Amino acid sequence: MSGAIRVENIVKRFGAFEAVKGITLEVAAGETFGLLGPNGAGKSTLIRMLTTLMPITEGRAFIEGHDVAADPDAVRRCMGVIPQALTSDINLTVQENMSIYAKLYNVPRAERNRNIDELLEAVDLVKWRDAETRTLSGGMRRRLEIARGLVHNPRIFFLDEPTTGLDPVSRVAVWEMLNHLKARKQLTILITTHYMDEADRLCDRIAIVDHGKLVALDTPARLKQSVPGNNVIEAQFQDPPGDWEQRLGALDEVTAVQNEGSGMFRVLTTNGGRTTTELVELAVRGGITIRTLSVQNTTLDDVFVHYTGRQLRDEQVKAQGYTMPPRPGMQP
Amino acid sequence: MNRLLAIVERELRKFFRSPALMLTAMVFPLVQLVILGNAFGGKITEARVGVVDYDGGPQALRVHEAFDSVAANLRTFRVQRYDSDKLAQNDVRAGKLDAAVIIPPQFSRRVYAGEKPSLGLVVDNSDQFISSSLEGELQSLTDALNQPAAPQRVVNAIAMETVELYPFIDYMKYLLPGSIALAMFVSVMIGGGMLYIDDKARGVHEGFLVTPITRTELVGGLILSGAIKAILAGFVLTLLGSLVAGLDVLFHPWALLQLMAMLVATSFAFNAMMFMLMVRVEDPLVPRAMFGILNTLLYFPSGAVYPVEAFPPWLRAIAQVDPFTYAVHGLKAVLLKDSGFAVIVPDLLFLCGIGSVALFLAVKLFKRTL
Repeated sequence: MSGAIRVENIVKRFGAFEAVKGITLEVAAGETFGLLGPNGAGKSTLIRMLTTLMPITEGRAFIEGHDVAADPDAVRRCMGVIPQALTSDINLTVQENMSIYAKLYNVPRAERNRNIDELLEAVDLVKWRDAETRTLSGGMRRRLEIARGLVHNPRIFFLDEPTTGLDPVSRVAVWEMLNHLKARKQLTILITTHYMDEADRLCDRIAIVDHGKLVALDTPARLKQSVPGNNVIEAQFQDPPGDWEQRLGALDEVTAVQNEGSGMFRVLTTNGGRTTTELVELAVRGGITIRTLSVQNTTLDDVFVHYTGRQLRDEQVKAQGYTMPPRPGMQP
Repeated sequence: MNRLLAIVERELRKFFRSPALMLTAMVFPLVQLVILGNAFGGKITEARVGVVDYDGGPQALRVHEAFDSVAANLRTFRVQRYDSDKLAQNDVRAGKLDAAVIIPPQFSRRVYAGEKPSLGLVVDNSDQFISSSLEGELQSLTDALNQPAAPQRVVNAIAMETVELYPFIDYMKYLLPGSIALAMFVSVMIGGGMLYIDDKARGVHEGFLVTPITRTELVGGLILSGAIKAILAGFVLTLLGSLVAGLDVLFHPWALLQLMAMLVATSFAFNAMMFMLMVRVEDPLVPRAMFGILNTLLYFPSGAVYPVEAFPPWLRAIAQVDPFTYAVHGLKAVLLKDSGFAVIVPDLLFLCGIGSVALFLAVKLFKRTL
């Protein structure tokens, strides 16, 4: 497999603010690659550089071998992009939205019509073909935009938070359609999201970006393994003693204990069953009441929190001359 | 070229699907045409003039008769008799009268003695328009009184006769060319200014920028579609305005052709200029805030509502570079004067010239990235 997307030490600065601080990664052809990170981590900036929307400050990027900075037109021809905001025209019909984009890519008429038919069927919008886009739900508009992004048969598909703002049913529908389209058209997909389940379900490999840097890159399974503890026990105790965190940490196979406050503890362990038994015994011996108890496998949420920390990201993402784009929720 | 046409197709489909833009572009200039045309076009009637007669002689009677005749026929003013000039002056001050005429004592005797006595006129000059109209009216009345009863054999006064080249043009007709230009401007301001920035803020342009469209194709497509919308707005307003103001230019093919040339050149100039101003703007509030300023800065100095010749030099300088001036001048030539193609050529050249410069700058300033 050759690198469909190659990023070499890419940097983006807005004045003194460094949004992307030297990221290197490679996405193989046919791969679905997820970019994960908290708000303001630099995901959208990275994807905007790769899709020629923002000039690269330093480093290089190649899409299908074309240099993004030197030959942006070649890059634009071979990629489809779904920006974060819903950008379909609400006054135009579904068919018109697609046909105008096909014309922007100079797709010949016969191929245009064929592609539109095929894609509308793939995203299940055939019967809405002549409906004005304003009448569609958010999920349907997203599906239309996915179809629109593929109307010129690109090989690389960029999706910037494609399911943000959608209800769970619409999200699942979007995922299924993406998987289906990917298999049918042999797409290489780069997707940014902050939904862990989305990344887990769709991506072959995931890169976690935080503070403009790559903090982890691997398959979802291996990322989960990399987090200390394969299982997480969450237990709430009635009036635990002051050394309770240390006593929980001393149990067999426990790798870490996090005190969440109000008697709630998260215990990470490599053996959920055994640690749970020992934890219950310890509580009984000490005469401490267990109010709630749950045992979970490690999820990508744990991976995410492990790599990016728990503090809120309220830092200023607005730098000189740069405003974050509007969210789909802002659409009319 | 296909990509440019795709942008035009998008804009026009949106435009025809939502006629609000067209209506909005029409309503403001039409309302202005009807209201201003009727408000400013008329002559003064029913002004209140007080007359104080300290003479009571036969010549004073002639003055009274002349006044009564105006009051009964032209109805420029109504006459009220006053006994004291103080009382009349106070009423002018208080706004109960627009002017007061004082016939001094011994007026008739001095007329017979050939001493050229004066009538006194007290005006409320806080309202220049009414006071100058009344002054003019009373002056012509006095001139008429001065005419000798029998015509003189030798002409001893030089008179000037005015030859009017065109049929009487009332103020509404005078306003129409400006209103057409204004309708086009409003269409450009909404379509080329507000909607463009709204699209940008909503991320619609981000969608275009990831396609292989070039700057020239995108800017050209937006300007061409904006120009088509403005031409339509201008043409519809010409049609409606001609009906309201009573013009028949649309029935003359040659004039219609000239009109179309003016509409095309004007819409091109307005669109290119608007795009040049808006090309780097990101905030949707900016075009809305600029609307009033641009409207005042471009429409009023253009000679659309008041002749450029009456402006102070600095305002004339604005008028000279204002595309509105040339649009209004050309449209006036076509609609009111039927002066022929040669007269509008300089206007067409200026509009196309300034449009081309603005288009060039707009393409240069347009950012292909976010």
